[in-house]
Order: sequence, then structure tokens, then C-alpha cells
Amino acid sequence: MLQQLFKNPVALLCMGIVLLTALLGIFAPLVAPNDPYANDILNKFAGPSWQFPLGTDQLGRCVFSRMLYGIRPTLFLSLLTMLGTIGLGVVMGITAGYFRGTVDEIIMRVVDVMLSFPSQIIILAVVALLGVDIRNVVIASIFIKWAWYARMIRTATIKYTNMNFVLFSRSIGSGNFYILTRHMLPCIAAELAVLASLDTGWAILNISTLSFLGLGVQAPTPEWGAMLNEAKNVMVSNPEQMIVPGIAVVVLVGAFNMLGDCLRDALDPKAVRQ
Amino acid sequence: MKGPILTATDIRVSFRKENQRRLFGRERQQVLRGISLALEEGECLGIIGESGSGKSTLGRVLCGLLKPEAGTVRINGLDIYGRHNHRENAQLHHSLSVVFQDYTSSANPRFRVRHIIGESLRVLERIVGSKLDRERRTAEVLEQVGLPSSFAARYPHELSGGQLQRVCIARALAIRPRIILLDEAISSLDASTQVQIMDLLLELRRSLGLSYLFITHDLTSITYLCDRVAFMNNGEIVERVDDIRHIAEIRHPYARLLLESVMGIGVEYGSGDNAQAQWAAAAAC
Ligand SMILES: Nc1ncnc2c1ncn2[C@@H]1O[C@H](COP(=O)(O)OP(=O)(O)OP(=O)(O)O)[C@@H](O)[C@H]1O
Ligand SMILES: [Mg+2]
Repeated sequence: MLQQLFKNPVALLCMGIVLLTALLGIFAPLVAPNDPYANDILNKFAGPSWQFPLGTDQLGRCVFSRMLYGIRPTLFLSLLTMLGTIGLGVVMGITAGYFRGTVDEIIMRVVDVMLSFPSQIIILAVVALLGVDIRNVVIASIFIKWAWYARMIRTATIKYTNMNFVLFSRSIGSGNFYILTRHMLPCIAAELAVLASLDTGWAILNISTLSFLGLGVQAPTPEWGAMLNEAKNVMVSNPEQMIVPGIAVVVLVGAFNMLGDCLRDALDPKAVRQ
Repeated sequence: MKGPILTATDIRVSFRKENQRRLFGRERQQVLRGISLALEEGECLGIIGESGSGKSTLGRVLCGLLKPEAGTVRINGLDIYGRHNHRENAQLHHSLSVVFQDYTSSANPRFRVRHIIGESLRVLERIVGSKLDRERRTAEVLEQVGLPSSFAARYPHELSGGQLQRVCIARALAIRPRIILLDEAISSLDASTQVQIMDLLLELRRSLGLSYLFITHDLTSITYLCDRVAFMNNGEIVERVDDIRHIAEIRHPYARLLLESVMGIGVEYGSGDNAQAQWAAAAAC
């Protein structure tokens, strides 16, 4: 099934972008030409040069280095958000969908409550409550997003609980744990992969948005959303400041979304047959 | 003389209706209305009825997937919905195995044949409490159902319907059951494959001493395979035939109707000649 994925040029391109971004983020200290915090106010808004490949910002810091260091909070915090959301959502969704009955009712009513709030507002509320900190943003995102996952996973689980192979497993007495981990999880993996990659895109946007609003990553730390925020002050005089982080966010989010589509196609066993 | 291996007494099941007449109504649709049956060691009991008569529901009750509202199912005297200690539980799951009609959803599309059968072997390992040579057992059961052991590496979609149904039978055999419940197990196969599978079932029954519960809506296969028949209509057993050779002597109007419409076996001589010839041809091929 994964071979299918590796034959798809779009998927390869997206994976390449994500992987490259991740590597650049991990090895930022080695790759970055300058210290992202070193400011040189006299050299502000400098154009691209050998020393500053993408120029400098309003404090004369190297934009390229800041972009590289900015990958860490952007990408890794959104992956963390996604893992947390998926973990919670899958556990809740599978439990509700497989055991049904009272457990299902309780979980789904909680989910209904969660889903009836607009997510951005809840995140703002939680951050306001817990204090402005990137950790709280991650917690708030997980808190609001798991319900959405739980609902999707539950539907998928119900679909598979009535499949004959699950009925057979139950009738011969394979344990619930075995059924859930060996039959259910791989079956919903396709749905999960799609949700996950789409959601990573959402999480990146979310973290950038909140940083842009000044609620996420705080000022001197480089982060794409925060960089956009700083650049917006000089939007009229130096519009090129917004372009670099803007394009980076668009490309990365787009890569994740497209990867989601390709993953879905590749993980569908029926598609392999054709 | 040992008692029957499986008995079901007065099974009742109803489902909540989807279209209630009143808001918050609690109307229920009765699907099984007091079914009782007994299966002797080594025999094949056929259950026949039209679509929607509750056959599959009865099958689900008998293999422990659906707890009935009333009535008990006993295998070797143990109530399968009762509370049991670990050993009794193991013995229960060990005794009955099931093969479904729809082979396309019977096997996890992500499992190779090896793992499909391996799941049963895993359960068996837990019951007997010792490791088995899975590779060898898999080859053995595959051979029992007439498939080469090289099939173990294939995925379900790489098999034909008949082959996949054989794999399902192999998987059911792998836990070494005493009873196999076949819920329309051959209905979705073509005529010649049906006969092949039925021959296989007869053969397995002879060599392993299995009992079958054979659920179907097709009388041909019942007459080919079963010793006794129960006719189901609307959640009740309306007629039992204890000797398959006397199937033409049934009296209940519904069962007769079924017999005549589906088969037209020489119930009335003259009119039935043609149909009988057809049936013989179908059975022979
Ligand atoms: N989970 C369920 N919820 C509600 N009604 C159900 C459910 N399962 C079955 N029924 C109803 O019970 C009745 C009997 O269904 P069942 O599947 O046992 O029929 P069947 O005899 O196996 O038919 P077929 O020959 O078509 O397989 C049907 O009227 C069906 O609508
Ligand atoms: Mg049925």
C-alpha cells in the first residue's frame, strides 16, 4: 500500500517538502548562517545578500535564520497538537463506537457539547483562562479538537464493528484488545491518516494565528506567525517582510493537505486492486 | 447416550423499531418468537426460511454475538450467555465456529491468509495453553479445505469467491470446533462451486466428526447436506422434518409453499417431473 504512495509524484513532493522542512528545523543551528536573535538596528530592512540570504527585519535580524528556527515551534508544536488530539480522539471514538450503549451515550454527549462551541473562541477563552503561553495553546487545541476526531473515528468504528471479520473474531473469543488493535486500528488508519494530515495543516495555521495575535509564541522567539505579526507593522513600507513567512505557511499547510489526500488514496485497499 | 451438543430453548429477540408511531414510542419488532432447537453430535441441522424470517438473527444468538431477551443457549450443557470461569469460557468459544454468507467482508482486507487463519490459531493457543507450529497448522487446514499452502501469503482480494469461502471455512476449522454454523455460507457462490463446497463440508464432517448448523434459503443445498430440517417463518419454527427423505410429506402450509415454489420436488407427480429433473441436474454438476 505504501508503494502506491511512493509512486505518486504529488505525494512524493509533499513528503519531500515536509521532510525537508523538518530536517531544516532540526538542524537549524547548523544550517542557519546567523544568530536569529542578534540584532543590528543600523542594518534593518536590508535586502538579500550573501550574509543575509533573505534580508533582515525591522531589528536587523537575519530573516532566513529566523525562518529556520521558526520551524521548530511551528512544525513540532503542531505535530504535538495533532498527536495529542489523535490519541485522545481515537481512544474516545473507538471506545464509543465499539462498546456502544451507555459509554457511547456519555462520550457522544460530551462531544456534542464540545462541538457546539466555535473552536477559535474556545481556544481564546482557554488561553485567557490559563494565561498566554504556547503550552496553553497546545492544550486548548487538543481540548477543542479531540471531539471532532472522536466523532469521525466513532462512525468509522461502527462501520467496521458490523463487518463479518469482526463478528467472527468476537464469536471465537479473541479479546477486545486484540480486535481493537489488530482489526479496528488498521481499518480506520486510512481515515485517521487523512484526518491527521489535514489536521496538522490546521494546527500549523492555528499556532501561527495565535502567535500572530500575540497569544502563542512570545516575542523574541522566532515563529512564522509571530514574524508575520511583526511584519504587518511595516506592511506598507516594506511589504516583502510578510512574503517570506506567508509563503512558508501556505506551502507547508498545502503540503500537509495534499499529503492527506494522497494518503487516503494509497490506504484504500480497493484502490490498490485496480 | 449423550444429550444434544447444542440446545436452544425458547429464544426471543426483538429490535426497537426505527419508525415509532408516537414520539418516544417504545414499539418493538419481534424477530424471534420462542425458537427451540437441539443439535445432536455429528448431525447436520438445516434451518430454512425466507428473507427476513430471522435466520441470521438466530445464528447471531447461537454463536454468542447477540444476547436474547429470553431463552437460553447451551453448548455441552453450558449456558453461553451465563457467567463462567476462564476454562469454561475457553471451552465455549472453542466449540462453535461460524462461516458467514458475505465472504467479501468475512476477512479483513489487510490480513494475509496466513494471518486470517493465524487469528484462530492464536485463540486456540490461548485455550490449549501452549505454542503451536502456526506455519504447519495453517498449511494443514488449508489442505483440509483443498487449497495449496502457497495461498497463505495472499491477500483476500487476490482470491476468488470460492477460494475465499474455503479460507473462511479453514479459519473456522482452525480452532478445532465441534460445531460449525454456516450462515448462508454457500449462497453467494455459483452452482458448481456450491456443490464443491458442500462436498467439502460432507467430507470434513466425516473425517472430523463435526456437527453443522446450516442456515439457508435454498432447499437444494439442504437436501444435499442435511439430516434434519427446520422451517422458519416470521421468527418461528413452523415445521420440522426429522428425516430428510420424508421432506415431501410436510404438512404446514408455509413449508409446503416454500417447497413447491422453490423446488417443486415431486410433491405432485406429473407436474413436478420437470423440476425434479432440473434439481437432479443441479445436484449432479
Ligand atoms: N440490528 C437490527 N436492528 C433492527 N432490526 C433488525 C436488526 N437485525 C435484523 N433486524 C430485523 O430482523 C428481521 C430478521 O433479520 P435476519 O437478518 O435474521 O433475516 P434473515 O432470515 O437472515 O434474512 P436473509 O435470508 O435475507 O438473510 C428483519 O426484519 C430485520 O429487519
Ligand atoms: Mg441472513
